[in-house]
Amino acid sequence: MSNSATNLVALHTIARREIVRIMRIWTQTLIPPAITMTLYFVIFGKLVGSRIGVIEGGFTYIQYIVPGLVMMSIITNSYGNISSSFFGAKFSRAVEEMLVSPMPNWVILLGYVSGAVARGLVVGALVLLIALLFTSLHVAHPLITFLSVLLGATIFSLAGFVNAVFAKKFDDIALVPTFILTPLTYLGGVFYSVNMLGEPWQSISRVNPILYMVNAFRFGVLGISDVNIGVAFVVMLAFVVGLSIVALQLLKRGVGLRS
Amino acid sequence: MTSTPALVVDNLRKTYGNGVEALKGISLTVQPGDFFALLGPNGAGKSTLIGILSSLVNSSGGDAEIFGVSVNKHRSEAMRLIGLVPQELNFNQFEKLFDICVNQAGFYGIPRKIAAERAEKYLKELRLWDKAQHQARMLSGGMKRRLMIARAMMNEPKLLILDEPTAGVDIEIRRSMWQFVSGINAAGTTVILTTHYLEEAESLCRNIAIIDHGTIIENTSMKRLLATLDVETFVLDVATMPDQLPTLPGVVLRRRDEHTLEAEMARSHDLNSLFSSLSAHGIMVTSMRNKTNRLEELFVRLVENGRQESGSNGQVATGKERAA
Repeated sequence: MSNSATNLVALHTIARREIVRIMRIWTQTLIPPAITMTLYFVIFGKLVGSRIGVIEGGFTYIQYIVPGLVMMSIITNSYGNISSSFFGAKFSRAVEEMLVSPMPNWVILLGYVSGAVARGLVVGALVLLIALLFTSLHVAHPLITFLSVLLGATIFSLAGFVNAVFAKKFDDIALVPTFILTPLTYLGGVFYSVNMLGEPWQSISRVNPILYMVNAFRFGVLGISDVNIGVAFVVMLAFVVGLSIVALQLLKRGVGLRS
Repeated sequence: MTSTPALVVDNLRKTYGNGVEALKGISLTVQPGDFFALLGPNGAGKSTLIGILSSLVNSSGGDAEIFGVSVNKHRSEAMRLIGLVPQELNFNQFEKLFDICVNQAGFYGIPRKIAAERAEKYLKELRLWDKAQHQARMLSGGMKRRLMIARAMMNEPKLLILDEPTAGVDIEIRRSMWQFVSGINAAGTTVILTTHYLEEAESLCRNIAIIDHGTIIENTSMKRLLATLDVETFVLDVATMPDQLPTLPGVVLRRRDEHTLEAEMARSHDLNSLFSSLSAHGIMVTSMRNKTNRLEELFVRLVENGRQESGSNGQVATGKERAA
């Protein structure tokens, strides 16, 4: 078999194993985000949102926050999936199964990222379905919608992988979501337009990468955005490339994996 | 035409980040088809060496070639040739046995259909097939060890490395494991074994290296090593024990208890004359056995000698230096 064929089998094996894991523990991986987002839709969308009315571009508040909440669930679940799965493999030493195999590092990385993106997409689809129980939506730009979801999930899968490589205990994989991911998400324009902010907060917000993901997805679904859509994709692609390089370097040097 | 060695270790060094020098430039060769014992006390450097061979540990210097393929330069190609049974359990306890084996094959790029056939074959051979759909955490300790052997066989390696595979395993399972490993060795797979059960190494292995403090202190054939044992101690069960032990030429007799004697003698001393002498003094021997395993006796002596020499001149002697 050629190298590319064996790499493809290896890639399929990791991705399949990750997806089997997600389905095996679906009560931990799929149900909690669906419940959390339902609560967001009820409280912020229906109860609070009905008093806000139309927020921007003729959309009601619940219509405005749906893309942000979908993206929020995608990135938190992609991140959580890969960080817990890869760190779990490190903790149980099962990661050695892969490290002693001929698999190149990029296959390991891509396999785990595929699994995490898959979870992000499944959770995103579930949340979107739930959102449709509360409001109506039509997708303005399907390709942009899909690409922004894919890039957002990929970015946070890669970030979760880097976190898992450095983590030495389970607490370490909870620190980043708690102290970095959640604040950035809440301040990334999920619940409001950054145009509503005064300076310097508007400029500060534009440093937050999640702002670009949320707005790219919002542009795909609603056709409105706080940021230039081209800039948003450049920022997302830059993160994908940058984080991929970091993750591959860590694997190459064996940081936290090889003595 | 000479065949390519299964393993060539060339001046391999490893110094960990905390300054511990685990390997001090060791070199050894293992021939294809060999059943090779790599022995040494705890912390000697065995697992570090195995870690480097399996690419779990980065070396600080030197290289190793597996069937002529450099681990440093062509890691992927070298790893295709190896199967590793590590000392510690290293699989996901929540996965099913069948999936663990099939996934491992997948990491080597083996298509799922072939992987499933191999998983069935090796799980059956290691008497785990009835547990194939159970989660690994449900297995006993011995079963988990056998699972790691089955998993290591999934890529049908040319070189199988077993790092203390029978630690904590009962005698019956240990024997069945050795039967399996002997079988695959007879079929052509080169096997490197580390173990603390020296009788296993003595009965299974043809060649041996003893490592201590990161240095090879002996590297020879098992036969040649055992031939260097000049003194043996036998434990004799006796029917009658005299009040005073006789003095026999070339034999040191010691009383263990009312029915047991120890006889320490040169290997060249014949046993018939010992029995005749004892019989002449009214001591009837009902059974006898070696006090310790022969390899164990040599192992302890070599390690102790090495440490004494190391203490006296700051350097651990190699087998060659000692012979000279």
